[in-house]
Amino acid sequence: MPAHLKVLALVGFMLVVVATPREWFAAYAFFLAVLVTVGAVARVRPGWVLKRMVVETPFVVFAVLMPFIAQGPRVDVLGLSLSESGLLSAWGLLAKGTLGVIAGLLLAATTTPQELVRGLERLRMPEQLVQIMAFMVRYLEVVTDEMRRMAVARASRGFVARNPLHWPVLARSVGALFIRSFERGERVHLAMVSRGYTGRMPRCDVSSLSR
Amino acid sequence: MHVPDGFLDAPTSIATGAVAVVAVGVALRGARRELDDKTAPLAGLVAAFVFATQMINFPVGAGTSGHLMGGALAAVLVGPWTGVLCVSVVLIVQSLLFADGGITALGTNILLIAVTTVVVGWFVTRVLLKVLPKRVGMVAPAAAIGAFVSVPTAALVFTGLYAVGGTADISLTTLATAMLGWHTVIGLGEAAITFLAVGAILSVRPDLVYAARGVISERELVIKTKESVA
Repeated sequence: MPAHLKVLALVGFMLVVVATPREWFAAYAFFLAVLVTVGAVARVRPGWVLKRMVVETPFVVFAVLMPFIAQGPRVDVLGLSLSESGLLSAWGLLAKGTLGVIAGLLLAATTTPQELVRGLERLRMPEQLVQIMAFMVRYLEVVTDEMRRMAVARASRGFVARNPLHWPVLARSVGALFIRSFERGERVHLAMVSRGYTGRMPRCDVSSLSR
Repeated sequence: MHVPDGFLDAPTSIATGAVAVVAVGVALRGARRELDDKTAPLAGLVAAFVFATQMINFPVGAGTSGHLMGGALAAVLVGPWTGVLCVSVVLIVQSLLFADGGITALGTNILLIAVTTVVVGWFVTRVLLKVLPKRVGMVAPAAAIGAFVSVPTAALVFTGLYAVGGTADISLTTLATAMLGWHTVIGLGEAAITFLAVGAILSVRPDLVYAARGVISERELVIKTKESVA
């Protein structure tokens, strides 16, 4: 399935989810069923999705706090006085947020970064933005590797970051990483110019090459 | 922290999306003036850098740690337009490839994290550099204050958006106080790290720091020969 359709489907699906009143519990069961079906058809392993749902953590904490800080009439649950509307909000946030994360992960699991960039290009994202994204995706691995090498170098000299006293060391690494990234950008640009780059990318259909 | 799906209602999400599209469009034109045909490779690499930086954990103590958001840092290093672009691209990639930040909240996230922090950080830094004595040593402190102001400002903007399209009825004062208090602390960390990082870059490659361009004096080329040294 082409990436641009997947992105459109994701946006449409999530808009529907966000616009659904949180009292319609059945609707949410249906949304989840849709996602599970899509995941099953795409053969995404449930474990893979569950492992990556960690990105939700900070806002789950927020949702759990909801019943305690929201206003309105109170109900007693297990001896705790909780706000009714807060409980509903917490449910709404958790349900919508979780569906969003699962849907996003399904897209991520079934789409390579390159396909995604091409899909966004099809969706008429401005060419410059597509190019910037393509470069970011292409060099993400390189820059994070650079970062990892610095971390290994620090660790092999016995550095362990434990408290804010160690920030200067990490910040210097951030500085070095910026200089390395920026200079690499300059080198890449020069290499491209010397091959005739004028600010537009030549079109080439990758799918026909990979066969 | 990214705003997830379902935090704000659909109309608000669509509205922020429209604003974000306009802001990114304006930034695209501005960035072309900053970088012309270098835009794509350089902005792409800086976006990768911002993404990587957000993965570095700064220990706070008691087992907790935070990470840099990098909006103000990006603005000081590569200028406001390119900064907005880079952070926006980072957010788009995070949302689509890592499910970090909801896709319907993408506009909201771009507005808060890319536009607000970058523009506020840049503006504060610029004003300070105009007022302070024109010395290279002033750039890092100015950037730090810019970073410090940018984080709570973004929290305030979020509170405003929540007042318009929030989905839970928390009292706004509670939310505003909590958001501001918490983000002032985060802002302090952001300021400290930005200060240290900008300082480190200034000592190695001051020419790469966009905000320092007006400050770095035109240095005379000095050619030392045996006669002139002796």
